[in-house]
Amino acid sequence: MAAYRILVVDDEQDFLETLVNRLIKRKFKAVGALSGEEALSKMKTGLFDAVILDVKMPGGMDGIEALREMKKIQPSAEVLLLTGHGSIETSIEGVKLGAFDYLLKPVRLEELLEKLSLAFEKKDLQVD
Amino acid sequence: MQHPLYDSLRNKLITITLVVSLTPLIILGGIVYYQFEKMYREKIVEQIRYRAQSQAEAVDLFFRKRSALLGIMADTSDYLKISDESYLSRVFQIINFRQGNFVDMGVIDHAGIHQAYIGPYNLRGRNYGEQPWFNEALSRGLYISDVYTGFRNLPHFIIAVRGHENSHPWILRATIDSEVFENIVRSAQVGKTGDAYIVNRSGIYQTRPRYGGDILGQSPVTPETFAGSTTTVWEQRNLYGKTVLYAGCWLKSLPWLLIVSQEVREEMESLFATQYLEFAIMGLGILAIILTTVFTTRLTIRHLIANEIRMNEMNAQLIQSDKLAALGKMAAGVAHEINNPLAVILQKTGWMSDLLLEEEFQSSKNMEEFKNAIVKIETHVDRAKKVVRNMLGYARKMEPHLEDVDINDTIRQTIALLENYARTNNIDIETNLAEDLPIIAADQAQLQQVFLNLISNAIDAIGKDGRVVVATTRSSTHIRVDVSDNGPGIPESKLKRIFDPFFTTKEAGKGTGLGLWVSYSIIEKMGGTISVKSEAEKGAVFTVAIPILLPEKK
Repeated sequence: MAAYRILVVDDEQDFLETLVNRLIKRKFKAVGALSGEEALSKMKTGLFDAVILDVKMPGGMDGIEALREMKKIQPSAEVLLLTGHGSIETSIEGVKLGAFDYLLKPVRLEELLEKLSLAFEKKDLQVD
Repeated sequence: MQHPLYDSLRNKLITITLVVSLTPLIILGGIVYYQFEKMYREKIVEQIRYRAQSQAEAVDLFFRKRSALLGIMADTSDYLKISDESYLSRVFQIINFRQGNFVDMGVIDHAGIHQAYIGPYNLRGRNYGEQPWFNEALSRGLYISDVYTGFRNLPHFIIAVRGHENSHPWILRATIDSEVFENIVRSAQVGKTGDAYIVNRSGIYQTRPRYGGDILGQSPVTPETFAGSTTTVWEQRNLYGKTVLYAGCWLKSLPWLLIVSQEVREEMESLFATQYLEFAIMGLGILAIILTTVFTTRLTIRHLIANEIRMNEMNAQLIQSDKLAALGKMAAGVAHEINNPLAVILQKTGWMSDLLLEEEFQSSKNMEEFKNAIVKIETHVDRAKKVVRNMLGYARKMEPHLEDVDINDTIRQTIALLENYARTNNIDIETNLAEDLPIIAADQAQLQQVFLNLISNAIDAIGKDGRVVVATTRSSTHIRVDVSDNGPGIPESKLKRIFDPFFTTKEAGKGTGLGLWVSYSIIEKMGGTISVKSEAEKGAVFTVAIPILLPEKK
C-alpha cells in the first residue's frame, strides 16, 4: 500500500514543521503550507489523501474559505479541521461543508492519527 | 450603620425643625399671655374703681337721706314742741322706724345747752357752746362731724341741722350708729383679702378697716394726693408685704375718702389659673413637638441609611457583573493566545519522543531521564490545556439552547451523578423539592452544569460526614433553588470574591476556581441571580433564582 499523502496547513511555522516531520517519520508523505493560498496552489499540482487545516489563520484566506476551494479542487481529499475552542461553531460549519471532522487544539499526535486513520478508512471504502 | 454624616444630619434636622416649630409657638404663647394679662388687669382695675365709686355713692345717699330727714324735722317743727322730750321721743321713734340707724337725738338751744335728749346716755344740760361743730352747724345749717369719742368715750359721729324760732336758731342733733354705718361701708369688701373703709382729710380711719388698723387710728393713706372727684386706683405693698390694689373716691357730702382695696394676687387668681393651664398646654405641645421631631427624624435617617445600603448593594452587584464580564473577555483572549504556543510545545515534545526512538539515542545513559522529562512536559501541557479549554468553553458567547426543562428532574439527574462520590465521603444529599414547579424554557445542559458545580462544591466543602440539602420553591416570577451544606462555611473575607474567576477555597491543584464563575455567568445570561450566604461553622447556602420563562406552545 502506497503511503498516504497529507497536506498540513497552519500559519505557525514551528508547529507546521514539527507536525510535518513527525508525520513523515510515521511513513506518511506529508507536505506543509503556511497559508490557505499556498495550500490551494499545492493541491492544484499534487493529489492528497488528507488535509489537516487550521481554521483560524489571521491575515489572508481563512480556514472555511480554503476548505470550500479545496473541496472544489480535490473533493476526494478528506479535510480534518484544527480549531481553538472559540471557533467550534466555525468548525461545525466546516463539517457541514464537507470536512471530515474537527479536532481541538492543542492536539496530541495520537489523537490526530486516530482521526486520520478513520478518514482514510472512509476514503478507502469510497474508492472500493 | 452609624455614620458621622448621618449624626450631624440628624442633629441639624432636629434643630431646624424644633426652632421653626417652637419659636412661633413660644412667641404666640408670650403674646397671648401678655395681652390676656393686660386685659385682665384693666378689667380688675375697672372693677375696683367701679366698686369704690358706687360704694361712695351709696354712702353719700345714706348721708343725704338722713340729713334730709333731720332737716325736714327741724324746718317743720316748733321749737317748744320739739324740745319737749316726750314729743322728741315720738319723733325719734318715727324716724328710726322709717329710716333708722340713729343712736340718739337731742335739741340744743342757741346758747349751746342740750335742752332735750333721747338716747342711752345722760347728756341733757350739757353745754356745746364752745364746741366748733356747734358753731359751724349754726352758721352753715348742716354739719356732719368726723368720728370722735366725745363725752361718751365711744367712737361715733353726728349730723346736726339748724332750726329757727323767732330769729333764734336752734340745733337738732342726731348720732349715727357707727356699727350700722360701718356695715354699709364694708359691704363693698369682697373675697378673703378685700377691704373697704373711710378715712378723713388727715388720713384718720373713720370706719374700722378689716386688716391692720383701728377706727380713729392713722392710716397709711395720704388723702392729699387724691385730687378732684375722679376715683383713683393705685397699687402698693401693704404691711404684710403683699401687693394690694387700692381705689379711692371722695364722698360728696363731706371730706371723707372711701377706700376699697384687694390683694392683687386674689384678684388675679383666675388669671393665674389660666396661666398655669397655658403653661401646661404649651409644655405638652413642646413635648409633643420634640418627640414627634425626634421620632420622624430618626425614621427618615433610618430610611436614608437603608436606601444607601440598598444602593451600595446594587452598585456592588453591578460592579461584580461588569468585572466578571470584563474578566471573561480577557480570559477568552488570553486563553486563545496560549493555545498556539501549547500546540507547538506539544508537537515539539512529540518530535523529541520520536527522535529518542532512533538508535543513536538508545544507548544514551540519560535515555530514561529524557523520556521522563518529556512525559512531565506533556502532563503539564495537558493541565494548561484543560484550564484554557475550560476558560474558552465558558467564556464563549453561545446563545443558550432553549428546551423544555423540569428543574426538579434536572436536579435529580445531577444528584444521581454525584451520589457515589457523596456516599464514599459519607455525605447525605437530601432533597426538598416543590412539586408545583412549572416546566420552563431553559438550557438544561447549562443548568445541570450549575447544579453540578454547586452540589459538588458543597460536598467538597464538607469533606467527610455531613449533609447537603437541595430545595426548590417557586414565586410568581422565579424558581428558587437553595443548595445548603453543613460544612465549615465561607469566611466573610472570601465571600465577596467567591464568584471571581480563578478564585478557589479548595486546596492548590484541586479546583480551577472557574466553577462558580461559570455558574454565575450562565445564570446571569438566563436573567436570573445567584447569591450566597454563609456563617462560620454553620455552612453555606447558595441560592439560584431562575426566571420562569414558559415554553412556547407547539
